[in-house]
Amino acid sequence: MIEMDWIWGLIGGLTIGCGGAVYLLGNGRIMGASGIIGGLVDGSGRHEWLDRVAFLAALIIAPALVVYASDSVAQTNLTSNIFMVVLAGFLVGLGTRIGNGCTSGHGVCGISRLSPRGIVATLVYIAAGALVVVVLRAILGGL
Amino acid sequence: MRHLLSLISGALFGIGLYLSGMTNTDKVQGFLDFFGNWDPTLAFVMGGAILPMAAAWALTHGRKPLIGGNFPERPETKFDRKLVVGAILFGMGWGLVGLCPGPALASLGFGGIGGLVFLAAMLAGMLVAPKARQMLDRA
Repeated sequence: MIEMDWIWGLIGGLTIGCGGAVYLLGNGRIMGASGIIGGLVDGSGRHEWLDRVAFLAALIIAPALVVYASDSVAQTNLTSNIFMVVLAGFLVGLGTRIGNGCTSGHGVCGISRLSPRGIVATLVYIAAGALVVVVLRAILGGL
Repeated sequence: MRHLLSLISGALFGIGLYLSGMTNTDKVQGFLDFFGNWDPTLAFVMGGAILPMAAAWALTHGRKPLIGGNFPERPETKFDRKLVVGAILFGMGWGLVGLCPGPALASLGFGGIGGLVFLAAMLAGMLVAPKARQMLDRA
């Protein structure tokens, strides 16, 4: 299946990029998932809340509809270790808001305009993530 | 108009995340597993997403957004502790279970209880982040 996976990766990636392009050229804003949610959580994006809610609602509902319509079984394969899920979720929320971006904002939108901050952040979070995965594999002998 | 554009954008983002396989945490952790059985899919997703975005950035020159207003200013070049500390914490959480904010939301509809727990913890982290930013500024 690996041979097909990269094609789907590319198709999905292009679709993600088109979403970011619509957000930028249409609304004049950077499509960063953590920024759009985070602005609602801490109140910094209160003035454009409906805009954010519309984006997030579509982000949640559209893929669910695709899964439902295509009659496929979608697997997230998320670990059943609830302690790890809570710790990871907290770190992701905290880190993305301290560092002002995640994979979409710093990664996709930042790298595509050669933003030095976006490039550095992306290298750092990939390195940190890779280190954690190596340690996890070593300790648990698998995930 | 702007809400419609947000809906379209969010839908494309979510569908793209699903099609690309990035709502499957195994594929994300497989990408981060550089020294194991490395899965390059995420690199294709990132590359694929950067193409239309780079074209969009090129189109912003000398133009205005469709709904009016202005495009984001030139990227900041200032590096601070917050950028690096934030990226490290985020990367650790990302590696731990293989979810980042976009896919966490895109998979909510089929991610079961675990997905909801991750979202709740992520929102909690986002809630305390402004305090942590202040502490880092003062340190």
